[in-house]
Amino acid sequence: MQTNFTAEQLRDPAIEVSNKILRTCVHCGMCTATCPTFLLRGDELDSPRGRIYLIKDMLESGRPATQEVVKHVDRCLSCLSCMTTCPSGVNYMHLIDHARTYIEQTYTRPWHEKLLRGALRVILPVPSRMRLALKATALVRPLAGLLPRKGMFFQRVRAMFDLAPRHIPATSSVETPQVHPAIGTRRARVALLAGCAQQVLSPSINEATIRLLNRMGVEVVVAKGAGCCGALTHHMGLHDPAVASVRANVRAWTQEIERDGLDAIVVNASGCGTTVKDYGFMLRHEPDAAQAARVSALACDITEYLTRLGYVATRPPSGLTVAYHAACSLQHGQKITNEPKALLAKAGFRVAVPHEAHICCGSAGTYNIMQPEFAGALRERKLANLEAVQPDLIAAGNIGCITQLSGRKPVVHTVELLDWMAGGPEPAGLPRSV
Amino acid sequence: MAHGRGKRLSRWGWEVIVQHEPKPGVLARRDAIIAGLRRLLPEDNVIGDALRLKPYETDGLSAYRQIPLAVALPETTEQVAAVMAYCHREGVRVVPRGAGTSLSGGALPLEDAVVLGLMKMSRILEIDYADRLAVVQAGVTNIGITNAVSANEFFYAPDPSSQLACMIGGNVMMNSGGAHCLRYGVTANNLLGLKLVTVEGEILEIGGAYCDAAGYDWLGLITGSEGQLAIVTEVTVRILRSPEGQRAMLAAFDSIPVAGACVDAIISSGIIPVALEFMDKPCIHACEDFAHAGYPLDAEAMLIIEVEGSVVEQDDLLSRIREICAQFNPISMKVSQSAEESLAIWKGRKGAFGAVGRISPDYLCMDGTIPTSRLPEVLGRITEMSHECGLGVANVFHAGDGNLHPLIMFDANDPESFRKAEKFGGDILKLCVDVGGCLTGEHGVGVEKRDLMTYQFNPIELNQQRRVKSAFDPQWLLNPSKVFPLEDTTPPAMAAE
Repeated sequence: MQTNFTAEQLRDPAIEVSNKILRTCVHCGMCTATCPTFLLRGDELDSPRGRIYLIKDMLESGRPATQEVVKHVDRCLSCLSCMTTCPSGVNYMHLIDHARTYIEQTYTRPWHEKLLRGALRVILPVPSRMRLALKATALVRPLAGLLPRKGMFFQRVRAMFDLAPRHIPATSSVETPQVHPAIGTRRARVALLAGCAQQVLSPSINEATIRLLNRMGVEVVVAKGAGCCGALTHHMGLHDPAVASVRANVRAWTQEIERDGLDAIVVNASGCGTTVKDYGFMLRHEPDAAQAARVSALACDITEYLTRLGYVATRPPSGLTVAYHAACSLQHGQKITNEPKALLAKAGFRVAVPHEAHICCGSAGTYNIMQPEFAGALRERKLANLEAVQPDLIAAGNIGCITQLSGRKPVVHTVELLDWMAGGPEPAGLPRSV
Repeated sequence: MAHGRGKRLSRWGWEVIVQHEPKPGVLARRDAIIAGLRRLLPEDNVIGDALRLKPYETDGLSAYRQIPLAVALPETTEQVAAVMAYCHREGVRVVPRGAGTSLSGGALPLEDAVVLGLMKMSRILEIDYADRLAVVQAGVTNIGITNAVSANEFFYAPDPSSQLACMIGGNVMMNSGGAHCLRYGVTANNLLGLKLVTVEGEILEIGGAYCDAAGYDWLGLITGSEGQLAIVTEVTVRILRSPEGQRAMLAAFDSIPVAGACVDAIISSGIIPVALEFMDKPCIHACEDFAHAGYPLDAEAMLIIEVEGSVVEQDDLLSRIREICAQFNPISMKVSQSAEESLAIWKGRKGAFGAVGRISPDYLCMDGTIPTSRLPEVLGRITEMSHECGLGVANVFHAGDGNLHPLIMFDANDPESFRKAEKFGGDILKLCVDVGGCLTGEHGVGVEKRDLMTYQFNPIELNQQRRVKSAFDPQWLLNPSKVFPLEDTTPPAMAAE
């Protein structure tokens, strides 16, 4: 596609990259068909191609972002379904990331959005703050019914109440920086991204991951100084805090690599995994670019790593049917599609794949808070498709999806099921096995 | 009324295609017209600000662009009728649009036109397996029909390469084809009925749940009319039982004309495969990069040949096809061994146009049709022409139908390169006409090929076609500036008589 940037604009490294991306797009329109918001809205402006066009115009003009553009860019889930569909290889992820940063730098949001986004960015990446916030939510929950039904701000606050779990799990001890030694002969040494929101909402995921890996002869390090992966702030367009998180992790893992070596950096929240795999790009102009690239190259999803190691189940098959929900960050962001299903089958589950497996469930980071209407519609659509395959439970590889889909059928992380079938405890809340 | 043929330069030194002179009265009443549309449709379904109109300025042929007056997105046939009646009363031009995947600029707006987008009309209304038909709204995607019936082992046959995204309303308007049309025919051969809205806003139904309706063949007339006669809002299509099985094979050759000759030999032997597709080297490489289908990267040209039926039938057809291919010294022949492999082979083919975006920033996709016996000669000549003008060309097309799709690669940031590409494209299409073929197989004339219509038709033939347009739309409000050379698109042909 033709672009109209001046030579001066192209000297900005971010514009230079976006220009290259835009030139790859041939405007064929294939992406529209697999975009969740286009399916809901039927409007070019809420399709990847339409957004690419809006972004192109915004960047070319060099003008501050306008309310109209922000509205349509904000509606993008960053599910990256379009990138799987695109025959031309357009890197939509880097383009929309650039657009989000540009918007944050040039656009003033209304006070209530600033307030909400500010609260999310301060609370979510820090587990102690998030735990406190959830407790506060539980205290005022009886008053939530009094919130006005109209108005975007109140709808968003309502969405937060709906998403906050009624039961807050106890803190786990596995996430504090430490080394979880391998059982038996050590085959490998990996770092685990202990994450932020996940360890508060579902500490059993990290516990299962560590147990399973230890049992398979893998030493698991929770590195000192590593924390939130930075995805949350990155997807809000907040460049500086995102880069600060990224650098902290790069520094922490580089120390581990240089001290005792790492065979992999294992991530069990695929939303985070997509971002860690992009660290090399995010820090490409920074002094620690090489270290960041090395971290990205080592990063892998837990299912990717278990496949590499050769997972073996030890318990007899449970007889349960698992509907596998493919998290977008896993299937589109990291292009990992078969591994989780193959592992679940290896663990003895009947694996059912729902219709429209490529369409997002609406979770998408903080999307289900900021865009409650679309997120709700996508949730219903996804649950209907999942329930149509009549599963006993749903498995997913990302905490965002697990939270978004919970409430009807049991939803558990893939690794919890794999750990169970390899000798670990049965995950909580499962239906009685056959 | 109209500019003469030709183009003018935009501020980027870029050629802007010239369309009908906008009506000053309509432009002056822009705000009132947008307000009028807002009274007919939900607030969010009318777009009127310049910034958000921009993404609607073009379709799958992004070399041509024009920001419209407004965009209207109706959700029901009744809303379409209300918008049409309003625009008719106000003398406002209307450009219908489906998914915006047209490669001929069929949905290119005019400055004073309302773009009528049918994308919100995406419901499947009825499926009748006993009578083998489906009734769907115009905004259902082509693949959406097959997806809705595939669990019961049915499918909708025409399969344009953009089938994932393109919508059935647009398929009807362009009489779209696809890889499997060699066996099953194009859109026109798979249609039973249409619900239409006329330019005056009247709702009409033609055809129905049975073959060949009484009276004149209105269905045949409307199909392929490029949005110039009426707006399609609902479509009744024939659905077919899925075949017992199908298998694809790849045959690789070291010369383009030799592969072309092989196509002709297969077709003239009396075998009709379900699909017989051609790809040349640049395409093979771009598509392999996207689909990882195991395409032969050493080949100058490759054929994808698919057969279907029972395993015995497939084996018999494949062995006969292999024998024919063997006479043309193929570099390799390979039969797909699994459903996944076949899927990857077709993923590459169906994504071919977009995949060329990997090797060239822009392309113009031609769509000429020729008698299959002339394939070797025409393909050879296209290669020569490519050397002469210095622009690369990637060939991927429905060889069995003789429906060529040379993709001319150019750089849209270089106006000179675009001018050359346009001329090269025109010369290819003239060549198609010269050998007894025609300008368009399935993409439609649109805005892209309108000036070449005089090469295909004499003035009397063209005038008769214009009279048909005038009979449906005396004021030429529906998708004007397309199909006919611009100087011929003044309405009075019929009105004056």
